[in-house]
Amino acid sequence: MASFIQLLVSGLATGAIYALIAVGFTLLWQASQTINFAQGEFVMLPAFFVLAAMNMGAPFWLAALIGIALSVAILGLLFKLIIVDPILRQGVLPLVISTIALSLFLKESAKDFYSSQAQPFPTLVPAIDVHIFGAVVSTQSLAVLAVAIVTVVALHLLLAKTRLGRSMQATAQNPALAVILGIPVRRMVLLTFLLNAVLVAIASILVSPIYLAKFSNGETLGLAAFLAAIIGGFNQVRGAILGGVILGVLDNLSAAYLSSQYRGAFPLLILIVVILIRPQGLLGRLEERTV
Amino acid sequence: MTRPGAVALAIACAAAVAAPFLLKSFGIYLLSLWAVLAVAAIGLNLTLGYAGQISLAQGAFVGIGAYCVALLVPAGVPYPVAFVSAGLLCFAIGWLLGYPALRVQHHYLAFITLAFTTLVFLVLRNEEWLTNGIYGINAIARPTLLGWSTGRPLQFYFFCLGALAVIALAIRWMLRSPWGRAFVALRENPIRALSLGVDTRRYTLIAFALGASLGGLSGALYAPLVQFIEPSSFGLGLSFNLLLMVIVGGSGFFFGPFVGALIAVLLPEWLRIAEGYYLMAYAAGVMALMAFCPSGVLGLIDRASKAIAARRGFGAPTLGIERPQP
Repeated sequence: MASFIQLLVSGLATGAIYALIAVGFTLLWQASQTINFAQGEFVMLPAFFVLAAMNMGAPFWLAALIGIALSVAILGLLFKLIIVDPILRQGVLPLVISTIALSLFLKESAKDFYSSQAQPFPTLVPAIDVHIFGAVVSTQSLAVLAVAIVTVVALHLLLAKTRLGRSMQATAQNPALAVILGIPVRRMVLLTFLLNAVLVAIASILVSPIYLAKFSNGETLGLAAFLAAIIGGFNQVRGAILGGVILGVLDNLSAAYLSSQYRGAFPLLILIVVILIRPQGLLGRLEERTV
Repeated sequence: MTRPGAVALAIACAAAVAAPFLLKSFGIYLLSLWAVLAVAAIGLNLTLGYAGQISLAQGAFVGIGAYCVALLVPAGVPYPVAFVSAGLLCFAIGWLLGYPALRVQHHYLAFITLAFTTLVFLVLRNEEWLTNGIYGINAIARPTLLGWSTGRPLQFYFFCLGALAVIALAIRWMLRSPWGRAFVALRENPIRALSLGVDTRRYTLIAFALGASLGGLSGALYAPLVQFIEPSSFGLGLSFNLLLMVIVGGSGFFFGPFVGALIAVLLPEWLRIAEGYYLMAYAAGVMALMAFCPSGVLGLIDRASKAIAARRGFGAPTLGIERPQP
């Protein structure tokens, strides 16, 4: 039982990080039909911004802020202006190919300009083990969980309670109608990209102390984000959150109780089952299409 | 085929035959790799370019084909039999994988095939009793066919080139048959194709399975070419690479995969001076190509030749490339 609680907490912490990445992924999809195959690399990169800032002498909190700011500028603004805008006109498939190429590009840049070795990354809080109901839980897992929950709640409040957030939702659901209602659609789409950049930067700062900052991190993280988004529902923010949490918990439990060699396989099998039985995802709505 | 197209093809064939005599063994190895990957890319082009189904599983099929040959040949099965079984095995698996393709399309299909590739990688890595796990299989022998040994690089290159030529001609013939027309109908408008009496269900499965079987044949050539295989060669990276090859060359163009494979295999060598940066240059090139001409390099040439013809006041001859304009 104690080990179960341990696994559950660390699974929730991993799942919360997956959820952040998957939420950004679904936001981009909703706002501009962008399937970002480079999302994993988007999570890999901000950690290197933070490390670079710290190498220049900035304290961790300042470096983290610089990392988020650089992420917004490069992975939000530049990504939108230089890559998505010119290519989206050509259709969805070229954009998919382009983000695959972008993931290669980002991976190689991190390797060539920083290092091909895994870099240690500072933790948010000192790692101390806490005893809860006989289970040993690290403060690190709890801190990750807390930051992720705060971020998700803030995101939910932004999207559901503010005028800005409701405009963004309207843009995602029906751009033509949103224009008629006087919503600045282009600005809202741009904001979604910036929001995604903030989410991946936070995820990067949370995940890097656990996985170390490495150029190849994006492969697993990106795959987890796709899986979470599809299992939960591609067109729903809360679907992505649910998918991320399911994935994180399942990953930890299956590795412990079923087979650690095939831990990577269980999420994939769930994915295939979900796509076959309920392609819109657990919480997703069906998207209709015209002939 | 138009005249400039025929001339270009003749020059390309002559170059493919003559080039290895001017190269050292590493150059010949690269050319062989080009021929082998071109076979896999032709298969993916069938699935993606003609039938319009995006697949990230081609690398996994190359892996299945390679392991099939690497395991069967030492067990005493003659190479030609192992070669054909690699194709048949992948045809069967591709057929099964095609079933999800009937339910979902586009990005969902990309994710299903991505999941499949990862699963195949895990099986190749974990089932050590069969595949020797991460240690891979080495010392894979090159075949002797009808008393002709293909052990030396030059001989093996001509074996690969011959296989590529036979496969390409067979696919060319298939594409001109009603099957090929049905594939194109499937890509352009599946619902209309269905209403015109095309059995879209069957043709989607066939497109998937045929593409997969070419991946298997490519793997069957790959194993004796590199003579050492391990699971990580057939991960997502290879599938992404093959997809980029098809797109860069020009998906839906018959000669697209040949050009794409050439660029993906030879460009890294030309840009060797740039060391680690060549992959960044390649990736940036792909992104630029997608922004300006998503139909790939052949699409670019096609567009240029049409523009020149239009300026001269002729009709619009193409490079002998059949691609219906949307």
